[in-house]
Amino acid sequence: MTEQMTGAQALVRALEHVGVDTVFGIPGGAVLPAYDPLYDSVKVRHVLVRHEQGAGHAAEGYAQATGKVGVCMATSGPGATNLVTPIADAYMDSVPIVAITGQVASQLIGTDAFQEADISGITMPITKHNFLVTEAADIPRTIAEAFHIASTGRPGPVLVDIAKDALQDMMEFSWPPVMQLPGYRPVTRPHSKQIREAAKLMIEAKRPVLYVGGGVHRAGASAELIELAELTGIPVVTTLMARGTFPDSHPQHMGMPGMHGSVSAVGALQRSDLLIALGTRFDDRVTGQLSSFAPNAKVIHADIDPAEISKNRHADVPIVGDCREVIGDLVTTMRNEHNEGRRGDYSEWWKLLNDYKKTYPLGYEQFADGSLAPQYVMERLSAIVGPDAFYVAGVGQHQMWAAQFIGYENPGSFINSGGAGTMGFAVPAAMGAKMGRPDATVWAVDGDGCFQMTNQELATCAIEGVPVKIALINNGNLGMVRQWQTLFYDQRYSNTDLQRVKRIPDFVKLAEAYGCVGLRCERPEDVDATIRKAMEINDVPVVIDFVVHQDAMVWPMVAAGTSNDDIKYARDMAPKWESEE
Amino acid sequence: MSRHTLSVLVENKPGVLARVAALFSRRGFNIDSLAVGPTEHHDISRMTIVVNVEDLPLEQVTKQLNKLVNVLKIVELDNVQSVQRELMLIKVRTDSESRSHVLELVNLFRARCVDVAPDAVTIEVTGTTDKLAAFVKVLEPYGIKELVQSGMVAVGRGARSITDRSLRALDRIA
Repeated sequence: MTEQMTGAQALVRALEHVGVDTVFGIPGGAVLPAYDPLYDSVKVRHVLVRHEQGAGHAAEGYAQATGKVGVCMATSGPGATNLVTPIADAYMDSVPIVAITGQVASQLIGTDAFQEADISGITMPITKHNFLVTEAADIPRTIAEAFHIASTGRPGPVLVDIAKDALQDMMEFSWPPVMQLPGYRPVTRPHSKQIREAAKLMIEAKRPVLYVGGGVHRAGASAELIELAELTGIPVVTTLMARGTFPDSHPQHMGMPGMHGSVSAVGALQRSDLLIALGTRFDDRVTGQLSSFAPNAKVIHADIDPAEISKNRHADVPIVGDCREVIGDLVTTMRNEHNEGRRGDYSEWWKLLNDYKKTYPLGYEQFADGSLAPQYVMERLSAIVGPDAFYVAGVGQHQMWAAQFIGYENPGSFINSGGAGTMGFAVPAAMGAKMGRPDATVWAVDGDGCFQMTNQELATCAIEGVPVKIALINNGNLGMVRQWQTLFYDQRYSNTDLQRVKRIPDFVKLAEAYGCVGLRCERPEDVDATIRKAMEINDVPVVIDFVVHQDAMVWPMVAAGTSNDDIKYARDMAPKWESEE
Repeated sequence: MSRHTLSVLVENKPGVLARVAALFSRRGFNIDSLAVGPTEHHDISRMTIVVNVEDLPLEQVTKQLNKLVNVLKIVELDNVQSVQRELMLIKVRTDSESRSHVLELVNLFRARCVDVAPDAVTIEVTGTTDKLAAFVKVLEPYGIKELVQSGMVAVGRGARSITDRSLRALDRIA
């Protein structure tokens, strides 16, 4: 059965068919034909954002909170280029989004027409794939392919650029279209020989660690991971992108590894003799200086993307596959091994690890002048709000404190910009998360630097009825940069001071101007009451301006490019590793 | 560093060459030579890419190329187990005295003279990189006015074809 319609109608119909319920975007000349039938759709809600970057991050937040593909839409030229940052962000963090952009009419492409930008060329290196559609008839198939590519294999962003005449022309619509992707065949089933080899190493190892990355949550394999960890007794570290994939409260959880990871997690990796790396990519923020990373460890590396395996660190046992299947197979194989009486003995290892945990817990400095420590805000937020909320962070110090001091028990409950480190991620991503999961409490944890990049989306939140809550960690500085200036640039604070004393902007008034409730908290004793007050407001967004001490620093820290062994848990305070001997 | 010859089967679609070239430049790999052309199947183009890299980065290049949705198949062709050819057109300065010497070299190298002018001849020659380099060397004393060279194309020896399976995959969707 086919039906005559315009390319634009076909686009909207295709979006409905692939299950889209929310699109974030801004209309404009080239994409206008698509906005007309979108106006009539009862299945697809279009959310008019204030900046296309907000649309992109909202799509990311929506995707991460729901596990579905997030969708953003923009017009040609500047509309499309404003999506570049969120697309790059989604590429780095493997977030499934589809960006739909209008393009100038096909006969104008290449003429430097008004609002023309070669967005498929621009996004080529930051998309999993992209399409330029110049024929109305190709629209349904391309949309089906875009959603398939974005959501399968290693998820990622896909851009569909559609020429204006393709949106306007008539075509024959039928569904489902036949996808034509002969070169796209992600491998999900792991090789059984590799699984057996991995199991053998896990049993022989004395100091194994499950090094868990964001891919485990993307694969929906948290339950399998817990089963594998409990079955084998192997300790677990969860990277920034994997916070919550393994419960923080679990006794086998060693914390987050990396530049600002816990001493116990970093120590576990460094002293390990076997890394079982699952859905993780040996990012420089985790490994520190690569040559001295986990120097005595063999590596089992499982990832759905073959190009990640042995990219940075040689894998002794490479496993290409979906983490859910890989971990499931490992559970089965290890259980069989145990039944045969073969089981790893990690008791000595745990003695050392428990010692690390006890000796070097996460801590922070309290200020003598009674001012607010940002880490305390995180602790109280975690205690009062609890683990069932989503926490969405921007990038910088507040992000690291949110990763360290909030307790995550549920997979996917911490949403942040990891690989790209995109300041301004939090507000729009929190909006997207809340729209995807209106039943859930969504807290954005943002810095005052980040917040001023994208806070215009508070208007969208207020108007569209998206009651997110924003804990603004206001230290009046680009805090993480300032911290590096403190440590590595002789305390020369070049262009990091946002001049908080002038109170420009006044964040409480700013919140109110956007139709939100603005609260301010400057003293530790007011933290609980302010958070509770915010929790009681569920009809409009709430912004809490937590005015914190500007000298608070993120510890522990492995300075960029140095060895993980040189981690400091406070300034000039290095852990003593010798206790193991 | 060592030279590797990759045969890459790609969908015959606009922008595929840009994707492949962009990937090489983004990941910091240099292409020594690149040749693209149609194959026996109208939906498939074949690229022959010569890269000069260590084995480990080569593996990374291959994996990254494989991730491109329009790339169907990648085969590394062994230098011994494949036939590799480049084509070169050379315009050499000649006069009535030197022309016969140049033509003698053309015969020795099994090249062909494709254009003659009073003061120059244009020669077509195919062969391996080494052969072409040797030919250029013997012609240099006469004065090379212009030289243009194709990228290398290569095919594996024996009866097997690297396109068979990719063709079947394409047929399934057709």
